[in-house]
Amino acid sequence: MTNSVETRGLSRSFDGNTVLHDLDLDIREGEFVALLGHSGCGKSTLLRILAGLDEEIGGEVTVPARRSAAFQSPRLLPWLKVWRNVVLGLPGRPDRALALKALDEVGIADRATLWPKTLSGGQAQRVSLARALVREPELLLLDEPFGALDALTRGKVQQLVAELWRRHGCAILLVTHDVEEALLLADRVLVMDEGRIAHELSVDLPRPRDLTAPEFVSLRARLLNWLGVNRTLEGTPS
Amino acid sequence: MTTRSPATAVLPEQSADPGPPAATTRVTLRGTAKSGRRLTLPRSVRRSAGPVGLVLLWFLTSATGVLPESVLASPVDVVNQALELTRNGELPSAIAASGRRAAVGFLIGASVALSLSLLAGLFRLGEDVIDSSMGMFRAIPWVGLIPLFIVWFGIEETPKIALVALGVTYPLYFNIYGGIRSTDSQLVEAARMMGLGRLGLIRYVILPSALPGALVGLRYALSTAWLALVFAEQVNADAGLGYLMSNAQQYFRTDVIVLCLVVYALLGLACDFAVRILSRRLLTWRANFEGEA
Repeated sequence: MTNSVETRGLSRSFDGNTVLHDLDLDIREGEFVALLGHSGCGKSTLLRILAGLDEEIGGEVTVPARRSAAFQSPRLLPWLKVWRNVVLGLPGRPDRALALKALDEVGIADRATLWPKTLSGGQAQRVSLARALVREPELLLLDEPFGALDALTRGKVQQLVAELWRRHGCAILLVTHDVEEALLLADRVLVMDEGRIAHELSVDLPRPRDLTAPEFVSLRARLLNWLGVNRTLEGTPS
Repeated sequence: MTTRSPATAVLPEQSADPGPPAATTRVTLRGTAKSGRRLTLPRSVRRSAGPVGLVLLWFLTSATGVLPESVLASPVDVVNQALELTRNGELPSAIAASGRRAAVGFLIGASVALSLSLLAGLFRLGEDVIDSSMGMFRAIPWVGLIPLFIVWFGIEETPKIALVALGVTYPLYFNIYGGIRSTDSQLVEAARMMGLGRLGLIRYVILPSALPGALVGLRYALSTAWLALVFAEQVNADAGLGYLMSNAQQYFRTDVIVLCLVVYALLGLACDFAVRILSRRLLTWRANFEGEA
């Protein structure tokens, strides 16, 4: 199987402060990789580089030409109707049928002709996913897309992402700081620390995954340990 | 006991208080849903109550002689004068002459402001060259340029149109430029990610986000246009509302002066109204606070 993403010796520094150190990362075609780490560990920087939004880098990066992203905030253009947002930037005239198909896939085709301001947080995030997927990407970059959602909505949107991934078969890099989310969704979990990939974990659990399965719990404990979260202090914000 | 919680400290005092029982304070929340019984005036009536009252006051003070005609003509005289001047065609032709100056000046000023703000807003070089100069020129009171304009352009139409254009340029420039520069960089990033090129970014992201600011600028610019016109028409006008006014001044005709002021005001109001309609049309996507009932 060929790689969708390859970085060799990737480094990035801001004003002499090195954020990514000589990073080698491979993501196989169709693979779902979750990237965990504390804030400031460089995970969002890595995602921005793969997205092509940050070009002041050292080293070599190979990514598919067809890639798209969804961010923590939906980043919809408030002056375009929902369906126009979905097909924004696609060549040719805005294709309404295509937009409706994509919106139908995320379950909100009935909101197509509304202004984005009328959507709830979860709905807006669904539109953002539709906008990313309508481009049929080979690589989908997700930057904490569930971070701003309430717990109930988050579960639903996570399920939706799992479904969309199965259907589209694109490689996904999900940046998150939620250990359970990473274990629920990903084939492989990477833990970043100070600009390096410090740990790597293959998740060979059958899907859909069970939060309470003993294997799940032990993997979670390993990840939390790598992240330096002391289990005895669980319940207190770190 | 050395520590007491505030609640236990307060409670004995309250029970000792002979006043009304204050154990729990309760409030009644009244609904604002419309009930058939309550008499509510339409919003338009409430809005016009103030101006109508003022005109009524003006009429009463004039009719009773408290306000002499040499100071301010009565509204009845002003209305009569309006009818008279409309019948003999003087007022319509004056409005047409002034309106033409305002329109031409506005179009020139708006074109200049639009091109400058786009150059300064979209390009770093443009910003460096244009924005500092605009900041400098803005410090000059534009009304003070009338003598210079007369030296440059003579006393015909040109200096009047130039003054209007100048007055229009600043508010439009600064508001459009500010609007362009306040574009959300996250939206720009997302749009770039979705494959928009430079032109697409300008068209779908930068210009729409500058629009609310531009409309505010447009409102300022239109009111400045009429203001500039009033100043400019005091200088050797042979047609227009300013000409009508300076003629009236020579004959102490306060009714004509007031009439011209009213016409200026109405023209300004009409422009403001047009911009408000335009804003409502163009900014339907915005979630705005509409004010309490």
